[in-house]
Amino acid sequence: MIYMDNAATTMRKPKQVVQAVGEAMESMGNAGRGAHGASLSASRTIYNTRELVCNLFGGTNPRQVVFTSNSTESLNIAIKGLLEPGAHVITTMMEHNSVLRPLYEMCEKGIELSIVKCDKKGVFRISDMEELIEPQTKAIICTGGSNLTGNCVDLEKIGQIAREHGLLFIVDASQTAGVFPIDVQKMHIDVLCFTGHKSLLGPQGTGGMYVREGLSVRPLKSGGSGVQTYSRSHPKEMPTALEAGTLNGHGIAGLHAALEYLNEEGIDWIRKREQELMRRFYKGVKEIPGVKIYGDFSAMERCPIVALNIRDYDSSEVSDALLLDYEISTRPGAHCAPLMHEALGTVEQGAVRFSFSHYNTEEEIDTAICAVKELAKEE
Amino acid sequence: MRKKELKLVVTFHTTTDAMAMEKGCKKQGTPGRLIPVPREISAGCGLAWCAGLDDRELIRKVMDDIGVQEQDMHEVMI
Ligand SMILES: Cc1ncc(COP(=O)(O)O)c(C=O)c1O
Repeated sequence: MIYMDNAATTMRKPKQVVQAVGEAMESMGNAGRGAHGASLSASRTIYNTRELVCNLFGGTNPRQVVFTSNSTESLNIAIKGLLEPGAHVITTMMEHNSVLRPLYEMCEKGIELSIVKCDKKGVFRISDMEELIEPQTKAIICTGGSNLTGNCVDLEKIGQIAREHGLLFIVDASQTAGVFPIDVQKMHIDVLCFTGHKSLLGPQGTGGMYVREGLSVRPLKSGGSGVQTYSRSHPKEMPTALEAGTLNGHGIAGLHAALEYLNEEGIDWIRKREQELMRRFYKGVKEIPGVKIYGDFSAMERCPIVALNIRDYDSSEVSDALLLDYEISTRPGAHCAPLMHEALGTVEQGAVRFSFSHYNTEEEIDTAICAVKELAKEE
Repeated sequence: MRKKELKLVVTFHTTTDAMAMEKGCKKQGTPGRLIPVPREISAGCGLAWCAGLDDRELIRKVMDDIGVQEQDMHEVMI
């Protein structure tokens, strides 16, 4: 099988990650719930992982790294824990449902939402975003890169604008963490939400957020914390404030190994490799009659994603044919990005998304190009 | 694209139901396979169970046995 659904989750992980999860399952106790060796081993691994995450994102303090089960949870915590009724919030058409649905939910509680429009290529102008800022605007929430077209957003510029207007800047780094450099200080990011199982190469069920020092986020959950047991309220100190309940220590041990792998290989190398593979595929399919590609490929750097359609064929049907006839795994349909499909005009048809990892090979790319060629040829 | 045939396509309310369906059909030896929901039915994504038109009774029986309710049942060219 040729796996080209890495934007959904990276299937191939570094060997060290698999090993680390296995070892943790044989040796780890409950972090922060005891002083015996097994518990301390969990606490140490989790603390070391906080440091690695903090370094990767240019944070100032590992205590500001909160572990959650994925981006979705992080985004829910950030959106519901920072916005009050009456607040005005700006987001974009590029967003995933894990941003949009919590925001829609908050709209019912009295926030006001403006959504920056994307053009037919699925990109927006930052000046359009700036024009939406009003006196009541509290926050900008946006993705680092579209999970459908792969186009990236200039986070530094938006962060600058957010800072000038005194707005909170919440970023969904699901598609960019682990591949693109992210610096929460330089980009003025208040809350960075990430998921562990995509380009960070960690296990599913890992993820988290980096919260700017001094910013207080209302927790979604309260419960066991291993400290201040006789207090009736959950501790307010970070990261415990946002981490009620036993953490996914086994998964975090895997994430730790993944972050070490990324540090050893270097994300610049991984990004370069993925860009090469993505460009090779793009070049191979863009001239095929009947193939329509979505997104802006003039952008220098973009997530390693190519979304396309063949003629007016249903994307589900094409994806199914790729699997049955060529054993190539892709993702059809709407990719949890309803507004992006509206912008691209693909609500009905969906799109077939090919998304690559540095583990893909040139041969696999060429096989996929041939497959698209053959499917486009047949009536 | 491949030659199409008229097939029976069952959609579900959740992925969990689709998985239960696959398992139930395998267990009872009822033929079919999971496919992405075709756009004629819905653009809302998800998995559907695709089987031959003649298997309607068998499929109904599996669903009754495992307590899964379809969202819809369609005849679609697949
Ligand atoms: C841009 C974007 N945001 C958020 C998510 C949600 O990630 P998760 O399902 O790991 O919470 C995804 C992945 O599906 C994504 O691509």
